Amino acid sequence: MTLSLFLEQLLNGVQLGVMLFLMASGLTLVFGIMNFINLAHGSLYMAGAFAAAVAQQATGSFVLAIVAGVVAAALLGIVLERAILQRFYTRSHLDQVLATFAIILILNETTRMIFGPSPLRMSLPHALSGSVPILPGVPYPTYRLVVLLAGLVVAGLLYLVIMRTRMGMWVRAGASDRTTASSMGVNVPVVFSGLFGMGAALAGLAGILAAPILSVQVGMGEPVLILALVVTVLGGVGSIRGAFFAALLVGVVDTFGRVLLTPALGSMAIFVTMAIILAFRPRGMFATHG
Amino acid sequence: MADGASRPIRAALWPALVLIALLALAPALSIWLDDPFTVKIATRIVIFAIGAVALDLTLGYAGLVSLCQAAFFGVGGYVVGILAWHQANSEAVLAGWMGSSELALTLPLAFLVAGLFAAAVGAVSLRTGGPYFIMITLAFNQMLYYGAVALQKYGGDDGLQIINPLTLFGYDISNRYKFFYLALTMLLATVLLIDRLARSRFGVVLRAAAVNETRAIAVGVAPWPYRLVAFAITGALAGLAGALLAASQQFISPADMAWDRSGDFVVMTALGGVATVWGPIIGAAAFIFTELSLSSYMQHWQLPFGLIILAIVLLLRGGLAQLVDLARGAKKGGEAVHD
Repeated sequence: MTLSLFLEQLLNGVQLGVMLFLMASGLTLVFGIMNFINLAHGSLYMAGAFAAAVAQQATGSFVLAIVAGVVAAALLGIVLERAILQRFYTRSHLDQVLATFAIILILNETTRMIFGPSPLRMSLPHALSGSVPILPGVPYPTYRLVVLLAGLVVAGLLYLVIMRTRMGMWVRAGASDRTTASSMGVNVPVVFSGLFGMGAALAGLAGILAAPILSVQVGMGEPVLILALVVTVLGGVGSIRGAFFAALLVGVVDTFGRVLLTPALGSMAIFVTMAIILAFRPRGMFATHG
Repeated sequence: MADGASRPIRAALWPALVLIALLALAPALSIWLDDPFTVKIATRIVIFAIGAVALDLTLGYAGLVSLCQAAFFGVGGYVVGILAWHQANSEAVLAGWMGSSELALTLPLAFLVAGLFAAAVGAVSLRTGGPYFIMITLAFNQMLYYGAVALQKYGGDDGLQIINPLTLFGYDISNRYKFFYLALTMLLATVLLIDRLARSRFGVVLRAAAVNETRAIAVGVAPWPYRLVAFAITGALAGLAGALLAASQQFISPADMAWDRSGDFVVMTALGGVATVWGPIIGAAAFIFTELSLSSYMQHWQLPFGLIILAIVLLLRGGLAQLVDLARGAKKGGEAVHD
């Protein structure tokens, strides 16, 4: 492998990593606080991508498409949480799995009914469709670089919100000990609805950013959801910092696995890595719970 | 609908035997209706019921939600498919052995190999508990799925067609009535095995650890080895079911191992009512019936299907088995005792 190919794939891996972090951050906080396992998180990713593709077709603007996608995903997330999911916080994990599995079926089929079976395309604005040299003579797609940077900025902002603001403090308090936090005056249900909406918005954003690279189609959320679950488990449930490092690890291992091995064997690499890490650290790399 | 573990061991065996006896009438019904499709559906119900009853050992009795059942199901299917492929192509599997299309040999092998895969997956995922277990088994399902896609030699993404006729003790088994009774016998064996295990000390330990792990450890029982054995048996029986599916349709593909198929198994087991041997049989039958009837009426059948599942989870906490409890005036639901 030449240096330029290595560098290119490393950037691809980090870019996949920041996207996975956007997915996993909502998942890990929701799970950390409410002990709620949400398999339908991938549907929010899909919703963001579809809403953005439709908005772009209607307005021709990439920026408006991003706004529409994020808002749609956040709204869908809040509606789902208020109408259905909050009823399951005190239920068993089995019920949560069944309910969110049913929601995946419902949302996937509804999307297929509205948009038909063929995938939608999202095109890039002219300024982002070219490539820039990362080394002399080594071009790299501008859009992928922008996605990488945007992902890092959002991750940084999220970290600041969680670690430096009062609301972030409530979230962390809720994640480490929900009962004590609520007896100390934290309104956990309200914090949680806000958090769920934010997680949905981030999942939607990940879907939108991926849309021009992949195609926008029904079922696009589930493979990403499974990788995001691996990130959540490896990072330690409830840990934002853990999710960030685990997401980068998963992104890089997955990307290099697919390049160095055949695509199918390469797709196994990340799960083998997960098995090895869990054999030594069953609670993940940055566990917040005992 | 969680609470299989706290359901008393009054869950009787006889309803399961009645269900199997009713299923045994399917070929007669098929001949009477002059509709060969009936026995095909019944075969499919029986095969998925084996996987669902087996999953109940892990899901209902041990209280562990596994999303890896379809992967082991597929492993069993590929054992039958690959061995038949080697015989058809006269290519040695290993050490000069040319494979086999003899089910008396390949079915037990499918059981064994799937059991070994399950033991390996269980050894890692059982180190964690509850929700972690769900996510990790889902990840392993995806891993084995990609593993099947990577089998380029055996069709890769397109799946593996079984071209040579399969035999049982040398007799051709391609007659669909004969094959149905073979599958039904396997379901009967599975039901008897799971019922026996559930009533034994082994089953009591599984339930005790599911209700309160700390107390189980305090009285001197380490749950880990029991759970591992339960998970391996669940996987092995899934492999047997998958082997039967591959044999019945002369085809197996990675699509049979996709993660949502694992979700289907959880739905069948849980909606029928966990911690009973008959609940998952009802669940499998209801699932396949609903799938079939909805999909023949409309293109977008998964929408009402999802709504039905959601409604049952919201309203009937004990699955369809709770209807029986309610009819008996039993205590409402299988309400959670453990916290």
